[in-house]
Amino acid sequence: MPLLEVENLSKRFGGFVALDGVNISVKQGERLGLIGPNGSGKSTLVNCICGTLHNETGSVRFEGHKLDGLEPHRRTRLGIARSFQLPRPFASMSVSENVRVPLLYTVNARAGAKIAGAAVGERCMELLRLVGLDHKAKKWPQDLTQVEMRKLELARAMAAEPKLLIADEVMAGLSHSEIDDILALLRRLNERGVTIILIEHIMRAVMSFSERVVVLVSGKKIADALPEQVIRDPEVERAYLGQ
Amino acid sequence: MRSFTFFLVAALVGLLVFVALRYFNNDYYFFAGYVVVQFIVLATAWNILGGYCGYVNFGSAAFFAAGAYSSVALHKFDPTKWAPSIFGFDIPLDFLAPLFPLPLPVLIVFGGMVAGLIGFGMGYLTLRLRGAFFAIATLALAVVLQTLIINWDFVGGARGAYIIRPAVAPIFGSYIHYLFLLMLSLAVIAVGIARMIERSRLGYGFACIRDDELAAEASGVPTLKLKLIATTISGALMGMAGAPFPYYIGYVEPGSAFGLAYAVNSIAMPMIGGTTSWIGPLVGAILLGTVQQVATVTISSAVNLLIVGVLLVGFVIVAPNGIVGLVQRRLREREK
Repeated sequence: MPLLEVENLSKRFGGFVALDGVNISVKQGERLGLIGPNGSGKSTLVNCICGTLHNETGSVRFEGHKLDGLEPHRRTRLGIARSFQLPRPFASMSVSENVRVPLLYTVNARAGAKIAGAAVGERCMELLRLVGLDHKAKKWPQDLTQVEMRKLELARAMAAEPKLLIADEVMAGLSHSEIDDILALLRRLNERGVTIILIEHIMRAVMSFSERVVVLVSGKKIADALPEQVIRDPEVERAYLGQ
Repeated sequence: MRSFTFFLVAALVGLLVFVALRYFNNDYYFFAGYVVVQFIVLATAWNILGGYCGYVNFGSAAFFAAGAYSSVALHKFDPTKWAPSIFGFDIPLDFLAPLFPLPLPVLIVFGGMVAGLIGFGMGYLTLRLRGAFFAIATLALAVVLQTLIINWDFVGGARGAYIIRPAVAPIFGSYIHYLFLLMLSLAVIAVGIARMIERSRLGYGFACIRDDELAAEASGVPTLKLKLIATTISGALMGMAGAPFPYYIGYVEPGSAFGLAYAVNSIAMPMIGGTTSWIGPLVGAILLGTVQQVATVTISSAVNLLIVGVLLVGFVIVAPNGIVGLVQRRLREREK
């Protein structure tokens, strides 16, 4: 059984068809790259998977459960975490408190062992250390750079201890070495069993990271194959470079 | 400081205030103090929804009036004269007669429940709205509720209702001392609850909602549920503040119970004090409430709202985060 199964998913905004019968299936432990030109529906797809938007037709299944109609926070608790393309930190909280929220509301809301008291603070610092933000723990989001905010987004998504992590353009604006750091981090997560969907414009990152690449163009899936096959696909080339 | 210790300290402070006022041996201080303390409760209650969650409620007066009118209704209720009939059988309520008139603390709890229920209902109907739309909806709620009360004859309708309060209260002697102490206890409870929320998991959830609801949901925060909790707690506390009002004022009519002053003050006080912490509404209510009481006796009672307006405009320009925000900024600058 696949971990995530998107079946015949469609979403319209008025007359504009953002997603048109998309089918994607993601296996447990896979590293999937999702690419496509601007406005091709990548973020809309993420929003439909995470419950921020409601799809009109089709369905999303996670570990066999139908997610349709489920509120976003329930999906997060089931194990789907995301980072936002434009960082959305909690502005009135310190950096470490930002990471604390999913610990309190997702990890501790699940059945099983709860993280209590001082352990929550330690876990926050551990997560911030992973993304290299531990020295800014006591700062406010407004004091962070764009790049640091993206790292905070990632740390907050990871804090929810997800089974599936959707990273929506976490590397935009990062330097070469920083991209390598984030990629290494995502790989380590993946080795621990977290399935990852990487949405990215930086081809070097997508190609080296993904086991499989899905290409969306104007709301349709036009390719779903190994990275090296995808870049040689004439249809993908046409979509990116024009005829 | 632990919540329990805080409650103890707050209760002690309240008791000190009470003893100090008794020392003056002038009932006027109790009448004036009652209003100030009542605004501490209202401002703190407003802040739980408005400050912590970021949902601006313009209908505070409706919740206050709901509490006041539930007291009026219970005061007028005579179990010997009314027997509800179910399936044709009249059920006599005579056995309840010895309980009436109900003691004031019971009325307060009842008023709190009624207003809490209204808060829950309002939340359920309006919380899908954001920002200005939510504020307008709360304003509409106040108008609807006022219209209902005006047309409800049992509680006096547009004519209003007289409540003859007992001249003396047991133990305390003077009834106004008793009323003041009740309101003071409510203030201690309200501030204690606000502080408890602020430092709890619930407080984190509320702050997330204020900052970014989409990101809050993505972090697993059940935003709708938390907002309903906030409207219910906030409404209930406002209702509790309103319940003793008929006994304080002696005559209630819709115009006074739904007064503009309640809606404006319960927004202005937290804004001036600072909305992000429990201290803000407390400081704002004490400051603004006292200034208003002083202005009432020294200048005129009509100047009250003018003072509020000018102060609010001033603070929005000079210190948008209120007095607490101003102090915090100073402290942070000194650290650097």
